[in-house]
Amino acid sequence: MRRRIAGLLAVVLSLTLVAAACGSDEEDATKAAFIFVGPVGDAGWTYAHDQGRQAAAAETGVETAFVEAVPEGTADFGNHVRDFIDQGFNVIFGTSFGYMDDMEALAGEFPDVVFDHISGYKANGTNFGNTFGRMYEPRYLSGMVAGSATSSNLIGYVAAFPIPEVIRGINAFTLGAQEINPDVQVEVVWTSTWFDPVVEGDSAQAMLDKGADVIAMHQDSTAAGEKAEAAGARWVAYNSDMSAHAPAAHLTAPVWDWGPRYVEVIEQAMAGTYEGGYFWGSMADGTVDLAPIAADVDASVVAAVAERKQQIIDGSFHPFQGPINAQDGSVLVAAGETMADGDMLGIGVFVEGVIGSAG
Amino acid sequence: MTEASLVGLLEATVSFGALLYLAALGEMVAEKAGILNLGVEGMMAMGAVTGFVVALHSGDPWVALLAAVAAGAAVGLLHGFFTVVLGAEQVVSGLSLTILGLGLSAYLGRGSVGRPAGAELVGVDWGPLTDLPWAGPVLFGQSPLVYLAVVAGFATWFVLWRTRLGLAVRAAGESASTADAAGHSVAGIRLAAVAVGGGLAGAAGAYLTLSLTPQWVEGVVAGRGWIAVALVIFGAWRPGRVAIGALLFGLTLALKTRLQTFGVDFSPILLSMLPYLLTVGVLVVISIRSRNRPSPSPAALGIAYRREER
Repeated sequence: MRRRIAGLLAVVLSLTLVAAACGSDEEDATKAAFIFVGPVGDAGWTYAHDQGRQAAAAETGVETAFVEAVPEGTADFGNHVRDFIDQGFNVIFGTSFGYMDDMEALAGEFPDVVFDHISGYKANGTNFGNTFGRMYEPRYLSGMVAGSATSSNLIGYVAAFPIPEVIRGINAFTLGAQEINPDVQVEVVWTSTWFDPVVEGDSAQAMLDKGADVIAMHQDSTAAGEKAEAAGARWVAYNSDMSAHAPAAHLTAPVWDWGPRYVEVIEQAMAGTYEGGYFWGSMADGTVDLAPIAADVDASVVAAVAERKQQIIDGSFHPFQGPINAQDGSVLVAAGETMADGDMLGIGVFVEGVIGSAG
Repeated sequence: MTEASLVGLLEATVSFGALLYLAALGEMVAEKAGILNLGVEGMMAMGAVTGFVVALHSGDPWVALLAAVAAGAAVGLLHGFFTVVLGAEQVVSGLSLTILGLGLSAYLGRGSVGRPAGAELVGVDWGPLTDLPWAGPVLFGQSPLVYLAVVAGFATWFVLWRTRLGLAVRAAGESASTADAAGHSVAGIRLAAVAVGGGLAGAAGAYLTLSLTPQWVEGVVAGRGWIAVALVIFGAWRPGRVAIGALLFGLTLALKTRLQTFGVDFSPILLSMLPYLLTVGVLVVISIRSRNRPSPSPAALGIAYRREER
């Protein structure tokens, strides 16, 4: 049904836009369309993307449009893209991993349209490029805050699926927590869903029952935080500042800021300089960041986090610099070495200190 | 496994069990009157969104619960209108109701996604009972809706099996023409039963958004309405057996992620299938047994009744 509503909306939208387009002769104006996987009001992943869209629209002055809740792996995605292109949109953003192959095919079909894909691993060097962020950087910092906040030394980590992006985040978080608190253990609960508040909340509850006093997460809803709040525990959120949902529990959150990257892609498209490469944004360029830290966190921890943040930005510290042991005690990164981007992108094992199975 | 983890598991089992029981009880009432309603998922979604939105605007969780029950009953009556008044195919109407409920709830909840709850139904404090070890948190610290589910279970049993009204309802589901000949309004009974069923599904939906995870997102029901439909078959249309089934299925929901924290390496995806596998198993048992004794399902279930077409 939501597909039908989305489809209906797209039809209505396209009719109004066709009507509007008939009245003007700005054929060449750059217009950017966004295909979102979730609802823009999810307070998480899609919300952050829509904030980026609005910022980009304000800064570049180009017309933008979006459709929300477009499922992966169906014909819907292509239909929406074709609708937008028919309406004169010439920059298409797709914000979910599962859109990747469709975007690649469409980019071949429409060489004059720029396709920028979020979170995948493909690009064609011309009009189809890849954008993602080094979320592990702020995850490391959020781990430092969490490590300082636990007294049971057990942190529960509610996570969606054992894919490299999530495993990388858990590892960075754990290493950050261990920097402040060497005795800390991070236990992972897999939910097998990105977005089911009931399962996410119950997973957090299971860890709280087990004695965890801080809950971290790689999920898109706020349910885990609400359970932490009710239990008097603390919470590290994700995606955007979710402190309104659990004001007492909220410690901080690794967050996305897509605005600057969207501005960059739109400006490159306008200037004809878009190259369809790989962009892995970082704290240095502002794509990822750490939300404000709760007021009751010790000032020395806040200062240590600020120092690490500066070192990560200027390159003098890397969250995955050796020596790092894997969960089974083998050497993952030797002393004096730093994990290469390729290894990070394909990471499939946990670091020492994580409880749970990575596969 | 620590004691706290085990208590937590039992607490979640009762909590999820009550959620499934409310919805399954409603479906059972409708089916006992002869109306199969596959729209449970949609009615729960409507109850969930109505409860959350009304709580947001009124700030009163009980008003929100009543509104959710009314919304569920209204969607149930829609099914009644199609299947009882118009005599439409029940499976098709029920499935349409699921699709309609999911879509309409998403539409109605658009402005409420991601917003903190306006009001919650918090756990009931039974005084010293709540402080008991084990039984306290598991039985006496639950949401009011858990106790409502228990009361609804007893009430359903009493009305259906101990009153003349209940006899008329069951007659409408077993042999509508007999009920008609006995002077009962089959259409009235069936409409009322499907409305009660919808109301209970609405309450189950409100349990999700007012108690279990006080927030609204599209798809919050996530297939749990279908488990309730399966549960009615599993429980052989008997409130007591449905209650046992609800606790069993509730246990599988509670175990889904908890097994990992107990250090058991078992796929949560396989565990999610368990309620359906158990139901298929029960169907097999029912069909084998029904060779020499009557099936527990209402004989007129799914059959539209028109007096002149007897």
